[in-house]
Parts: sequence; C-alpha cells; structure tokens
Amino acid sequence: MFTETPLVRRKLSIEAATKLAFGAMAASMIVPLVLIVGYLVAKALPVLSWEFVSAFPRSNMKAGGILPAIAGTFYMVAISLAVATPIGVLAAVYLNEYARDNWFTRVVNLAVVNLAGVPSIVHALFGVGAFVFVTGKPCILAASLTLAIMTLPVIIASTKQALAAVPMAFREACWNVGASRWQTIRHIVLPNSLSGILTGVILQVSRAAGETAPILFTGAVFFRRELPASVLDQSMALSMHLFSIATQGGQVPETVQYGTAVVLLGLVLAVNLTAICLRIYFRSRKKW
Amino acid sequence: MVTRISGERGVEIEGLSVWYGKKPALEGVTLHANRGEILGVIGPASAGKTTLLKCINRTLDFVPGARWEGSVRVEGLDVRSVSDAALRRKVGMVFPLPVGLPLSVYDNVAFAPRMAGIRRKAVLDDLVERCLRQAALWDEVKDRLGMLGSRLSGGQQQRLTIARALSHEPEILCLDEFSIAVDPVTTMRIEDVLVELKADVTIILVTNLVQQARRLADRVAFLNAGRLVELDATGAIFGERPREKMTFDYVRGRFG
Repeated sequence: MFTETPLVRRKLSIEAATKLAFGAMAASMIVPLVLIVGYLVAKALPVLSWEFVSAFPRSNMKAGGILPAIAGTFYMVAISLAVATPIGVLAAVYLNEYARDNWFTRVVNLAVVNLAGVPSIVHALFGVGAFVFVTGKPCILAASLTLAIMTLPVIIASTKQALAAVPMAFREACWNVGASRWQTIRHIVLPNSLSGILTGVILQVSRAAGETAPILFTGAVFFRRELPASVLDQSMALSMHLFSIATQGGQVPETVQYGTAVVLLGLVLAVNLTAICLRIYFRSRKKW
Repeated sequence: MVTRISGERGVEIEGLSVWYGKKPALEGVTLHANRGEILGVIGPASAGKTTLLKCINRTLDFVPGARWEGSVRVEGLDVRSVSDAALRRKVGMVFPLPVGLPLSVYDNVAFAPRMAGIRRKAVLDDLVERCLRQAALWDEVKDRLGMLGSRLSGGQQQRLTIARALSHEPEILCLDEFSIAVDPVTTMRIEDVLVELKADVTIILVTNLVQQARRLADRVAFLNAGRLVELDATGAIFGERPREKMTFDYVRGRFG
C-alpha cells in the first residue's frame, strides 16, 4: 500500500505546478502566431483576390496586383537554394563523415558558425562588393547568390545535425563488413538522414523569402512593370515591396500593404507546412 | 586478390602493444590462430581481449587516441599493408550487442556482397539463404525476409549479425562475447555452427564464459591486464596442471 505522507503530497503538487507553468509557456507560442495571422488577414481581406496575386500593379501601386514581386521572390529563392543546397549538404557530409579533428576542420567549423552570425545587411554589402561587381549591375543572380551565402551556414549546420543523428554503430557495422566510407554514406547515412536534411533546407526557403536587406542593393527594385526576362534582370520581390510601400508615407492604401504581408506570410507558412509533412512522412518510414 | 601465403596460420600476432592515450591496453602480446581451429581468448575485464580483436580488422583506427606497435598478419599479410575494405572483407566480426543495419533482414545479409559488387539476384538469394542457415536463423525468418532487421528479437538480431559477418565469406571470424544477448538454446545452436565452420574459417572466440571456451576452443589464450599469461591446448589450460597458477585459479573462478 502507498501512503500519502505530507512529503509525497508536496512533491506531487510541485510536480503539477511546474508542469502547468512549463505547459503554459509552450502554449503561449501559439498566441502570437494566431494574433499575427488573424490581424493581417482581417486587415487584408478587402484586397485579397485572384487579381491581387496574378496582376501587375496599377496607378502607382495603389491598385492592381503584386505578381512581379511574387515572381521575383520565387526566382531569388529558387536560385539561391539551387546554389546553397548542394554546396551546403556536401560540405556538411565532408565535415561530419570524413573530416578528422584537425586545424583545417576547426577553421571551417569556425567559419560556418561565424558566417551564420553575420547580420543580413552585412551580407548585402558583401553581395554588392562580390557579385554586383562581377555582374556589373544589381540583378536577380547577384541577389540570389547573396541569399545563398546567407543561408549556406545554416544549411551546413542543420545537415550536420541530421547526419550526426544517425547512430555511429551503423557506420561501424558497415565498415566492419568492408563497405567504403562513400558506400556507407550513400546506402545507410544519407537515406536515414534525408528527412532532417530536407527539413533544414526547406526552412531556409522561408528565411530567404523573408529577408529584405540582402537583396536591397543586389537585385531587388522598387517597381518594375514586366516580369524578369533573365537572371541578369532586376526584379521586384515581396519583402522589398512590403518594405517600400510601407515606408512611403500613406500613399499606398493600408489594405495593399497588409495584402502583401499576407501573401508573404502565406508562402512562408505553406513552405513550413511542407517541411512538417515531409518530416512526418519520413518519420513513419524511420527504420530504427 | 589476396592469396594465401605461409602454411597454417590464419592470424599471427607478434609483439603487439596498444595504448589508449597514455594508458597501455596490450603489452607485447604474441600469439597465433591456426587455420581450422577455434582459438579461445579468455581473461578478466580490461585484459585487452576486445582490443586484440580490434587490431585484427584494424577497427582500432576508429578509437580516437589509440595507437599500436608490433605486427598483425592475416593470412600471411600485414594488416597495415592492405586497404581497410579488403582487410575487413577477410575478417568477419561479431560484437557483444547486435547492430542491425536499418534495412530488411535480406538486405542486412546482402549488404556486404552488394558493396563488393555482387548484383545478380540469384547469387545474392543463394548467399543470403546460406548465411542465414549457417547462423541458425533461416527457419525463423525465411517467410519474412522483407521485414526490418530491427523488428527481430535480440537473440535473432545477434544471429542476423553473425549471418552478416559470414556474408562476405571471411577467412577469419572473430566473435566478441557473442552470447551476451542471446538465450542459452540459441547459444548452443550458434556454438554448433561454429564447430561446423571451423573447417573453413579460422575462428577467434573471445568469451567471459570460460566453460564456453572449454567446450569450443582447440587452444585457449589467457590474457590478464594486457599481457598473455598462457596459451595452450584447451585440455592443458583446463587441466590439473596449467603452466601458470593464475590460469588455474581463473578458470576455476577463484580470481578475476
């Protein structure tokens, strides 16, 4: 028989109180998201329509749609990830699977950590100095490469983490039967860390789509009537568009500003949702 | 292709010393295992039994800070002169706790042959069946080869590990306390398998169960604190008069 001594009762009530407090903190995370989304959607409702996402801006951006900005953001994010993902994943595979603990590895790791900590406006200036200098003028390519440099260290870090989550014992078991390092990576490590790698990459989509500073001087423009014809064109972008119409001193109606914000947020949330679905799908196939 | 050179010896170890950092784990161990025999290796904790095995297939390289001196020859070839992959295909390793690769039962066994370039399904099918039979697992899994290896019971997983260790057709088979996670009946079945296998494979059996060494081994090496105390025929080690008093005490459970 259990007896409820005062000590046991006290422990139980402390247990309940701490659980409640921690749970409340966790639950409070939902509140800002619901408020932000709810507030934005409510404000933007009058302007949200098919035309808004499929048409060009009219009458000084006070009416019409934001198609060029959506297209520009799409191009920049797609190109930046097409560049950053292979470099980042391969670098992470090297660092996690091949590199020995020597000065070279330490220097690379230090560079990755510090690159991740560089403010985005500094990335923008670097982009101007490095990429715009080469392309001759700000353009989608320069902006995308700047975004790639910005997302690269985070992709490396998240990929390394996903690789490190595959138990060391699996690798040793492979090596013990005569598999090479690359065979082990190809057949055991990568298939079992793919979900983590993809999740990390996809989360960088929303970051690249949301940043304004890195594209500010490198390729995004305030207004452009047509869609970009090549990667050497400049383009509008959602984040840049939002920034500029919001700081124009009330010339552009509030609903258009909120509408742009909702489209940007919608894109980001849709991408995150994809990441979550992927993770659930891969976890269901997890094999250990 | 590595060809068999000198006569009878599957594994020859000479003056082997190993350090983990500054700490010595093996000091000047010299022994050999003949082809067609089971060499039992017994000794108390931290005698260096596992370290000895790790030198044979050079998995000691995975241990940070470990270094070794002396010579280890497998089938007459210095283990430092061949590539990791080639060496480890020659040497099958079974560890105390089974590690199933996150693959199906079939793919676990077919993994090593595939990595060695065998692609034909008929060949793989035969190989998988033979290895699973040798590991006394075939009858239990033949109808569910597609199931994940990790869904098997602990004892079955250990037999799957043994099947995998046999799948690259090694000439040396090292077993490190294989029976820790296995029930007694299965242990007996695997022991029978080892006796059958020893005609083709040099077997080194590290065990804490001295009676297991007595049942299976042709010769037994007794290690203590990194040194080889005595190596002799099983009958002599377990007899009334082994050369060292320490051996006598250990095999009777009075020490260790």
